[in-house]
Amino acid sequence: MIEITGLRKTYRSRGREVRAVDGVDLTVGEGDVFGVLGQSGAGKSTLLRCVNMLERPDEGRIAVGGVDLTALNRRRLRLARHGIGMIHQHFALLSSRTVAGNIAFALEVTGEPRAARKARVSELIELVGLGGREDAYPSQLSGGQKQRVGIARALAARPKVLLSDEATSALDPETTDSILRLLLDLNQRLGLTILLITHEMGVVKKICHSAAVMRDGKFLESGPVADLLHRPGSSLARDIFPLGAPSPVSGQTVVDVTVSGSVADSPLLSALSREFSSDVRILSGSVETLAATRAGRWRLALTGDAAGQIEFLRTAGAQVEVVA
Amino acid sequence: MTWSEVFDLLGVGLQETAWMVFVSTVLTALGGLLLGVLLVLTAPGGLLSAPPLYSVLGLIVNITRSLPFIILLVAVIPFTRAVVGTTIGTDAAIVPLTIGAIPFFARIVEAALREVPNDVIAAATAMGATRTQIVGKVLLREARPGLVAGLTITVIALVGYSAMAGVVGGGGLGDLAIRYGYQRFETEVMIATVAALVVFVQLVQVAGDLVVRRLSHK
Repeated sequence: MIEITGLRKTYRSRGREVRAVDGVDLTVGEGDVFGVLGQSGAGKSTLLRCVNMLERPDEGRIAVGGVDLTALNRRRLRLARHGIGMIHQHFALLSSRTVAGNIAFALEVTGEPRAARKARVSELIELVGLGGREDAYPSQLSGGQKQRVGIARALAARPKVLLSDEATSALDPETTDSILRLLLDLNQRLGLTILLITHEMGVVKKICHSAAVMRDGKFLESGPVADLLHRPGSSLARDIFPLGAPSPVSGQTVVDVTVSGSVADSPLLSALSREFSSDVRILSGSVETLAATRAGRWRLALTGDAAGQIEFLRTAGAQVEVVA
Repeated sequence: MTWSEVFDLLGVGLQETAWMVFVSTVLTALGGLLLGVLLVLTAPGGLLSAPPLYSVLGLIVNITRSLPFIILLVAVIPFTRAVVGTTIGTDAAIVPLTIGAIPFFARIVEAALREVPNDVIAAATAMGATRTQIVGKVLLREARPGLVAGLTITVIALVGYSAMAGVVGGGGLGDLAIRYGYQRFETEVMIATVAALVVFVQLVQVAGDLVVRRLSHK
C-alpha cells in the first residue's frame, strides 16, 4: 500500500546540512500496521511528512496505493491526499469550529455535497465514540477526545491509509491505550493501513504488525515484529525485553532464549528440564502479548549438557544465543 | 456660547467624525485584510512564498507607517484631488485616513494570521485543501478574534487621526476641539468634545471586546 524506495531529505540551515532521512526503503502492506520507532531527531517525523508530501524529498520514490506521489502536479497531489488521512501529536484541530464542524471541514475540502456531509459527520462521530459531544469546541474536550476528533476528521474521506504522527505522545497512559485500541479496531474493521511514528515502545508492542527502528535518518532494522524479535542483536527485541548486560555464572552456560507464537505458549522450559533432568534457572525475562504475536525472552543458566539443551530448544522453535 | 449652541456644534462634529471613521474603517478593513494576507502568503516559507514581493510590500508598509499622519495628510493631497475631486471636506479626509490606516491594520492582520499554529495549516494541507480554502477556512477563520481585536484598535486610531482632518477642513470632533476649544478659548466646547470622544472610543472598545469574546473558543 505504501512503497518507499531510496528516500533522502536533507535540510540546510545556516550553512549546516542535516540529513534527516538518509536512504530509507519501506514497504507497508495493505491492512498492515507499521510502526517507526526512534528518538526525537531520528528523522521519523520527516519520513512521515514525506509520505503525503508535506515535505518534498530530495531523492527517492514514494508510492501510495500504486501512485507515485513525487511525480504528481499540485492539483493531482491534492486529490491524492484525500486518500491519505493524517493524525497529529497536538491534534491540529480548528479552535473556531465544533467537533462536528471540524469533521465537516474535511468533507468540505474533498468537495462532499452539503446534504451528504451531515449524515457522514454523525456516522464518523459514532465511529470514534464521541456521540453527544458534536457541539463542543476543542477547548472543551480532553486530550483523548481531541484525538478522536482528529481520527474522525482523518477518516472522513474514507482513506485507505492513515499516517499517525506521534498521535499518543501528548496523552496519558490510559488515554493512550484507548486511542491505540481505537486505531487497532479501525485497522481490523475498515482494513485501514496505518503507518505510525512514535518514540514509545509500548505503541509498537500494542498495535504494530511490523516495525522499523530509526536512528540518524536510517533504518537500523525493519520487518515483521515477530521476525525482528528472533533476529540476533535486534535493538527492538532488546527494548521490548530488556535483559540487562549478561554476566558469567561459574560452571553454567548463560543463554538468551527468544520464543514467539505457539512456542511461547508451550511449556518449553519444563519439557527441557524433564528431558535432561537438569536444573534450569531463569536469570531474567518475561512473556509479552504483542499485537503481532505472543513472545517471550528469557536469560537462562543451564547446567550439565549445555550443547544438547541448546539443540533441544532450537529444535522446539526457539532462538538461542549463548551470551556467557 | 450657550450650551444649546455647543450641543448643535457637537452634533455636527459627531456626525462628521462618525462618517469619516465609518467609511475609512470599511475601506481599511478590506485593504488591510488583503495586504495582511498577501504579507503572510508571500513571506519566506509561506503558501505563496515570494521573498522579493514580500520585501517590497513590507517596505511600502513601513514607509507609510513612518510618516507622521499630519505629513501624510498633506503629502497625498494630489492623490486626494484625483480621487475625490476636492481636497477639502470630510470626504477628502477619508482618503488620507484610509491610506494611513491600511498599513497599520495590515501589520495587525499579519500578526494575527501568524498566530494560527503551523500544524493546523499542515493538517489542512495534508487533507488536500486548496490554498483558497486554507486562507478562507483556516487562516482568516481561526484568526477572527485577533482580527476583530485588531480592527477595534484600528478604529480607535482612526478616531485619533480624524482629529487632524481639520487641517484639510475635514471637520469632526477633533477639528471642533482645536478651532473652538483651543483657538477661541471656548472651554465648554473643549470639555464637551473631549467627553464625546471618550464616550465614542469607549463604545467602540466595548463593542469590539464583546465580539471578540463571542468569537473566541480558545
